[in-house]
Amino acid sequence: MLVHSRKGKWATWTVFFVLFLPLFALPLLVIVAASFAGHWSGALPSDFTAEHYSAATRGESLQALTTSLLTALGASLIALAAGTWAALAAAALKRRGDGTSRLSRGCGRLLDALFIMPVAVPSVVVGLAVLVAFSKPPVILNGTSTIVVLAHAILVTAFAYQSVSAAILRLDPAYEQAAASLGARPAYVLWRVKLPLLLPSLTAAAGLCFALSMGELSATMMLYPPDWTPLPVRIYAATDRGATFTGAALAVVLMAATLLVLFAVSRIRTRASYR
Amino acid sequence: MSSGIRFDSVSVAYGRNVVLDGLDLTVEPGEVMALLGPSGSGKTTALRAVAGFVRPVSGRVFIGDRDVTALPPHRRGIGMVVQQYALFPHLRVEENVAFGLKAQKAPRAEIPGRVADALEMTGMGGYAKRYPRELSGGQQQRVAIARALAIRPGVLLLDEPLSALDAQLRSGMLAELARLHRELPDVSILYVTHDQVEALTLADRIAVMDRARLRDCGTPQELYRAPRTAFTASFVGNANLLPVSVGVGSVSLGGAEVKVDTGEVAAGVGATLCVRPHLVGLGDGPNSLEGTVTEVQWRGATHRVYVDVAGHSVKADVRELREPPALGSGVTVHFAPEDAVLLAAGVTDG
Repeated sequence: MLVHSRKGKWATWTVFFVLFLPLFALPLLVIVAASFAGHWSGALPSDFTAEHYSAATRGESLQALTTSLLTALGASLIALAAGTWAALAAAALKRRGDGTSRLSRGCGRLLDALFIMPVAVPSVVVGLAVLVAFSKPPVILNGTSTIVVLAHAILVTAFAYQSVSAAILRLDPAYEQAAASLGARPAYVLWRVKLPLLLPSLTAAAGLCFALSMGELSATMMLYPPDWTPLPVRIYAATDRGATFTGAALAVVLMAATLLVLFAVSRIRTRASYR
Repeated sequence: MSSGIRFDSVSVAYGRNVVLDGLDLTVEPGEVMALLGPSGSGKTTALRAVAGFVRPVSGRVFIGDRDVTALPPHRRGIGMVVQQYALFPHLRVEENVAFGLKAQKAPRAEIPGRVADALEMTGMGGYAKRYPRELSGGQQQRVAIARALAIRPGVLLLDEPLSALDAQLRSGMLAELARLHRELPDVSILYVTHDQVEALTLADRIAVMDRARLRDCGTPQELYRAPRTAFTASFVGNANLLPVSVGVGSVSLGGAEVKVDTGEVAAGVGATLCVRPHLVGLGDGPNSLEGTVTEVQWRGATHRVYVDVAGHSVKADVRELREPPALGSGVTVHFAPEDAVLLAAGVTDG
């Protein structure tokens, strides 16, 4: 804590509780409260029940959770592989010094721009683009689970690319050079030195991608086939037909599942950090 | 495997910025060559050109008889140790040392023995299972040297290997490096440093570099006793450099005549008189010069006295004085004619 006086500390904590807690924590608490509510007509919910949860963890809802987890897993693995590959390629292209032409530095910057696009473009647009692109020959994916995973992968790769790029920039080139001077080919250096050293950032990127994919709704809405309904779509459908409390229970399940996975990933990350 | 290094007019430039300008230098097989110079002199660039991390804009680099100019670093057969060690933090000490052997696909059965040998040679045998972060700076440096030696390179490149260590460890490691070289007499060593003590102690020959160029090259004794340029004289041993005018058979410094061997310096031109501070004495003697004391520094066993002689500062390192001269007082300094070297004015800038 940078504030040293006792009064100052109290003031900061007060500001934190008054301003930030309601803003960030309260909406989530409301969802949790609603998920247990039988009625909510006054200031507080009443008739507490666990019924919504038994509905939310059975049948189609359970299947939606599995669908979401599988989609997020597939999308984040694709995003991690593609994003890391592209980030490594861009770093190699942009590296200063000998033999780097202006053209290759330009290509590196082009890659940067290309991978920021899905962040800048609204996800509805990305969903529509994927739908239009893969609804006609030669590749028809319309109505398959693949198209959902693909759209999610496109949306989250940008985040994987950016966090891995930042990590590569921080990686001391001395490691790579020491390995090369010991006679290691570039591929050997990549697998035995660079990727292990990047592992903490890779797991962080994977966690971020997973969380983003778990919550994706707008592009999914345009693409999902009936037999591949992710959880956010079901939450939307439930709330849309007025079953707010069921929707809240589903939302809590989604939140808990995501947090659980992120927690597991962060455990791997702690084990993988060296300094 | 013994192989030297040869630079054949090697130039390196980043854009318009020339950082190494036409370097011609040969390191004989088994020789320790120090590249000595201030920062920005191009010495590290020269080493990186041998390692393959910078590509020369012109010239060729040879290791042994092989032209390696276009080879990528991993095919050059070099060992390299850098200032910040660059041990792989995710690998144990033994895995770090085995890295090069595995990368070069050495026979699997040989690896443990060669790793143990390399660690033994640097006195790190007891630390094989540790991680680099669990070692002190000096220990990490030993592991880095063991890692470079395990692949049995013909050429060892050392880039300021001791500058991250404290003074006491440094002199210990210096002796250690000298011992290693006696044990591996076939390995040529290119040793980059800005520290003249390291260069004088360890090197068979020293190449003095300044502003992207090679200024002087010779054995430590040659460079110290008979520097060919004023830059070498001041950088190696911090010599007094005094402008003098050379007449026929006489040399004068600010009006006072001094006796010194004129060598090849022609009469009638300006020249620089170079004499080491520890060879300048206080009091009367041959080549006496009158001056005033401007500063006195106590350095334990010695006093360094700065004396202003006809507008030029002369440094004298004398054995610790019981009564050091007062600032502003007049003193006489002297030096023996054979301890001074006369440099023609044209070489002042190298």
